[in-house]
Amino acid sequence: MKTPDLLELAARNLRESILRNSLTTLGIGVGVASLVAMLSLGVGLQQLATKRLERTGLFDTIMVSRRDFGGFGARGRTAATSDNNRALDETARQEIAKLPGVLEAVPDLRMMTQMRFDDKPHSTMVAALPMSARDREAFENIQGEFFSSGTAAEAIVQRRFAEELLGLAPDTDEAANTSGPSSALQSLLGKELVMYYAERVPATNPANGNPGGQRPSPMPPETSKSTASPAASGRNPGMDALLPSFSVVPHTRSLRIVGIIADDPDTLRGMGRARAFIPLDFAQGLQIMMPSDLRDGDGLGGRTYTQISVRVQNSRDVPRVEDAIHRMGLGAFSVLDASRNLQRFFTVLDLFLGIFGSLALAVASLGIVNTLVMAILERRREIGILKALGASDSDVKMLFFAEAGAMGIVGGLLGVGLGWLIGKVINTATNIYLHRQNLPSETFWSVPWWLVLGALGFSLIVSLASGLYPAARAARLDPVKALRYE
Amino acid sequence: MTVPATTESGAILTRDICRHHTMGTSVIRAVDGISFSVQGGEFIALLGSSGSGKSSLLNLIAGLDRPTSGDVQVEGRSLAELSSEELARFRRHSVGIVFQAFNLVPGMTVAENVELPLRLAETERGERAGRVREALARVGLSERLGHRPGELSGGEQQRVALARALVNSPRILLADEPTGNLDSHTGMEIMEIIGDCNARLGMTVLLVTHERALAERYARRMLFLADGKLVAEQANPPVGAGREGQ
Repeated sequence: MKTPDLLELAARNLRESILRNSLTTLGIGVGVASLVAMLSLGVGLQQLATKRLERTGLFDTIMVSRRDFGGFGARGRTAATSDNNRALDETARQEIAKLPGVLEAVPDLRMMTQMRFDDKPHSTMVAALPMSARDREAFENIQGEFFSSGTAAEAIVQRRFAEELLGLAPDTDEAANTSGPSSALQSLLGKELVMYYAERVPATNPANGNPGGQRPSPMPPETSKSTASPAASGRNPGMDALLPSFSVVPHTRSLRIVGIIADDPDTLRGMGRARAFIPLDFAQGLQIMMPSDLRDGDGLGGRTYTQISVRVQNSRDVPRVEDAIHRMGLGAFSVLDASRNLQRFFTVLDLFLGIFGSLALAVASLGIVNTLVMAILERRREIGILKALGASDSDVKMLFFAEAGAMGIVGGLLGVGLGWLIGKVINTATNIYLHRQNLPSETFWSVPWWLVLGALGFSLIVSLASGLYPAARAARLDPVKALRYE
Repeated sequence: MTVPATTESGAILTRDICRHHTMGTSVIRAVDGISFSVQGGEFIALLGSSGSGKSSLLNLIAGLDRPTSGDVQVEGRSLAELSSEELARFRRHSVGIVFQAFNLVPGMTVAENVELPLRLAETERGERAGRVREALARVGLSERLGHRPGELSGGEQQRVALARALVNSPRILLADEPTGNLDSHTGMEIMEIIGDCNARLGMTVLLVTHERALAERYARRMLFLADGKLVAEQANPPVGAGREGQ
């Protein structure tokens, strides 16, 4: 029998006992719905956690440093040789930025300095942030705005620092993490903050030690000396004449406070967490003197960095990029293992949710067996007629399979819709609860296409498997006995 | 409607055919060593009382059942050698069967019932409607296409069953007590159609009946069965001659 005829006959047979078949199909629908609802919550939670973690920058970021000076990869890996232990300079940064899968390679500019607000000095760590940091979780509940541009003379301050600037008593930890800054902090936005910093000025004539001289030093002469001039360094003048040098010139710069955030967006930081942030391009333009300028012997001429943060497109790219960086003679570190453990946890969670969800479908599959066995008894004579007219055993078997499959597909479609609705209702109800608890709304329910197609496929397979026994039993019917059946 | 050419000799041949059923410790010999042959285009009547083995023999010839021993050859093919799938194909294309109980599918319309063998034979969809109308016209039921069997009289139902048996243009028509559930007038109408198929289309007809008069009227040859055995055989005048005598 041709497939369209088979399906037509199956549909006709299903219509004949519409109530019983509808109830069986509804049973499958409920089974699939429980599966879809369970997995949609599991998948949603996984997506939420992954999104959150990605926004922390933990899992798609590699921290790069020199291998010596106790940098990443200095231990536990093949000992660095002089050949593959290179400086972390601009050339290395650009080389890393060009690696496949790398989104950006950002130098870590971070300094301990003094800030003046309302003519009062405040010591703090200042960090430079790229414009891409805007998407990080730390800026999700920013009070005010992110930097207007990469070169803007603007600052974002951490809440505790903002409280310090205003002379307010520190808020509790809980409040600082959950609720937005108070209206008192709001008054800080748009105010001016003066940053002190040391500018690194390359010397045009290393022999006399004069700095670039673009800018007169505002500081007393004793704080504005050239650190690397041969005279000051006391090194061999003959040798030093061949080396480039630079001067350190103290400066101040006014910054407009544009935003207040709860914490340092660089969650990999421990003790070195910053409390004030400036745009990266702006910071680079200031030529701020960094510890690596003195520490790194090779860096006397060109800029070198203490650390570079490398952001990759996908956490899957991390090991490959990390290896490439190691091959470049640099140290690299990531927390990918933690991400893998998280993935493993959610895979197991989804598996358990899937198993629990499938239980209802397993019960529903017994309904299919029951319905089809009943159909064999009721349609015994009809099966005999079909066989007498020339239907083969496989025709009869396929007819019952088609009926089971049709119930599976219709039940699957019904179940996917119902499961989607259940997930949405649970999500909405939970968000109402979260809202009442003054917590932000979250979407922890997701029905991706693979789940829709997977649920339909699973429903079809379970239904066909349920039809195996009834179909085989119907096909085995003796036509002579079946025709005698009243 | 055209029936494919059939050989004049050896349409049906049975050799010492047996069909035994075991019921507990006893063996029921439904068919017990019957041998006979039917020529192509012949009209044969199998006569006997209830339980004589007529229907069992017909089921064996129809390929609905397999003999315990012996051989059934239809158009030169031994049915014992055919697989289950091949037997189904044989029933689909070579024979048409009419039952005493009509055996129509109650949920289907007249047209759908008649179309069923065409579906099984994988006849093109566009061709089916014409074939269904033609078969129903042959039995005089052109106007009842959309009716369900429950809405028809017994005679009409048997006509539908006959149209269904004829729609695939089989070479052999097997009729098991086709008039058993009908009044004599309606039964006569059905027999006229069967006789017409034999006379006009050259269809080989094997009629199972317990009504001797009916067999004498239409069959050229009568085979008498008792207790599963062939006990007598009697030739009849041609169908035309039988009719003229009425």
